Amino acid sequence: MRTSFFSALELLYAQDRDVVVMTADLGYKLFDPFKEIDAERFYNMGVAEANMIGVAAGLALCGKKVYCYSICPFLVMRPFEQIRIDVAYHDLDVKLVAVGGGLAYGLEGITHHGLEDIALMRSLPNMTVVVPADPKEAASFARLSYNHRGPMYVRLCHTNEPSIHEDEPEIKIGKATVLLEGTDVALLAVGRMVYSAMQAASILGSNGITASVINMHTIKPLDMDTIEKCCAGHDAIFTIEEHSIVGGLGSAVAEVISERGYQGIFKRFGVDRTRKYVGCADYLREKHGLNPEAIAENIKAILRERRQDGN
Amino acid sequence: MIIPMRRPEGAAAREVEEKELREYLVNIAREVRWDIVRMIGLAGSGHPGGSLSCADILVCLYFHKMNHDPKRPDWRHRDRFVLSKGHAAPALYAVLARSGYFDRDELWKLRRLGSMLQGHPDRLKTPGVEISTGSLGQGLAAAVGMALGLRMEGNPARVYALIGDGESQEGGIWEAAMLASHQRLDNLTAILDNNGLQIDGRCCDVVGLGDVPAKWRAFGWEVLEVDGHDVLDICSALDEAEGFQRPCMIVAHTVKGKGVSFMENNVDFHGKAPTPEEMEKALKEIEGS
Repeated sequence: MRTSFFSALELLYAQDRDVVVMTADLGYKLFDPFKEIDAERFYNMGVAEANMIGVAAGLALCGKKVYCYSICPFLVMRPFEQIRIDVAYHDLDVKLVAVGGGLAYGLEGITHHGLEDIALMRSLPNMTVVVPADPKEAASFARLSYNHRGPMYVRLCHTNEPSIHEDEPEIKIGKATVLLEGTDVALLAVGRMVYSAMQAASILGSNGITASVINMHTIKPLDMDTIEKCCAGHDAIFTIEEHSIVGGLGSAVAEVISERGYQGIFKRFGVDRTRKYVGCADYLREKHGLNPEAIAENIKAILRERRQDGN
Repeated sequence: MIIPMRRPEGAAAREVEEKELREYLVNIAREVRWDIVRMIGLAGSGHPGGSLSCADILVCLYFHKMNHDPKRPDWRHRDRFVLSKGHAAPALYAVLARSGYFDRDELWKLRRLGSMLQGHPDRLKTPGVEISTGSLGQGLAAAVGMALGLRMEGNPARVYALIGDGESQEGGIWEAAMLASHQRLDNLTAILDNNGLQIDGRCCDVVGLGDVPAKWRAFGWEVLEVDGHDVLDICSALDEAEGFQRPCMIVAHTVKGKGVSFMENNVDFHGKAPTPEEMEKALKEIEGS
């Protein structure tokens, strides 16, 4: 996912002399092509993320389109105030590209897990928040971010993500993609969890439950229309994200459907930050119930429970 | 390429003898101090101490050194000024108004509902403010970014940033300092308003900064030291700073609350407005100076 995003960005970097790319000393070898194209517009800012964002704001005020790269927590949480004031408040053309959103850096430990980033970024004015679901989408978002003016947060996973698209999809910022249409439940997923949602839908299907699967690649601005359609057409809505259950996609959807008086079942699946596990990304996903089997089982259990209550 | 033009006032000022230049700048500084005290007094809140300590520096920048045009705040070739110590906003507002960025009557609406002048500088509200500041330690990095951006496009404009000594306890200042010298930003001049006091007392008692000039030298900057209330001293340092191949820090030794006897070196006036009586007393003292 990371490689496909930056391969697409590389072409834009070669074409447009106003594009500047910065890293806070991460992405070993990833940026070699950028240095070869034009070393004057690529900066390794050293291990100083807050400074990177402040400098990016200064460059944007001189008319540059600046891409800042680091691992999710270091890019988003360390310099949050610089992002909040320098970038978001002034509505500057700075793109924050995070790698390792969610549990991707599993074995590195909790310092490297990106679990509160969506909550933080979606709270900021002017900030657009997008999460590609697979490598093809990541390439699309490289181009979309370039054509978008203003601050944007692009949350990437890392490598070896399963593909949901064979070709690069038609994506529109702010317009969720309906991947499957079912009538019983709606699964609203984001990032790598879109693939898991598709698999969970298939398991549910073999149990006689038909599921819609919606790729909520844009968290902000949130696609209200699609969420409203989900409310109208399904008795149960589930959100699935590799993020803390506090403040992410689930919270964003809950805000919308509760204000609109949705009466059906609603449940958020995500990471419970009070549970502290150690292990690789796949192990952690499983422990947090984010593998397709666990998602399907949990949905079945919730539906069963409600049916019993109804009786 | 457009050759940057000096403002007529600045050009005229430069042509006169040093004595006249001093008189010209000192007079403006006196008026600026009067404005600072009155606007904070009328607002009933604000930071007089650190505004008065940097008044002479700002006057030298806006009325002598910087190429800027109040009619065109977005002029590409303007020199940029970043007030990293954003709580000194009244000093910036006073020089911006006197330069012609907005009507001087706006000053008396400082901190009022709907005013273009809020407690700390706001780029989106006030013409002439390059970037919103007030969260200490952030401005210098943005100034470094501007200097990089200008150099990248071959723009001859310079960037000036004013930081505080209390502010220098922020790590962000030193991250930016390290990068500026690594990038050899010869179009960047920073000025330290070294007034020695912060909210809770003397900087050396809170968290001492140690040998400040040595620290900046160790970070790879050229360092000049000036009396921050001697306008000719400030101007000549600003001139000299342009001649280096790397960024320059001008350590300006200043007095907090300078120009009002009962505010000078008085930590109480870091963030407290004068009462109406104190304001009248202070204004009279400034008028008589």
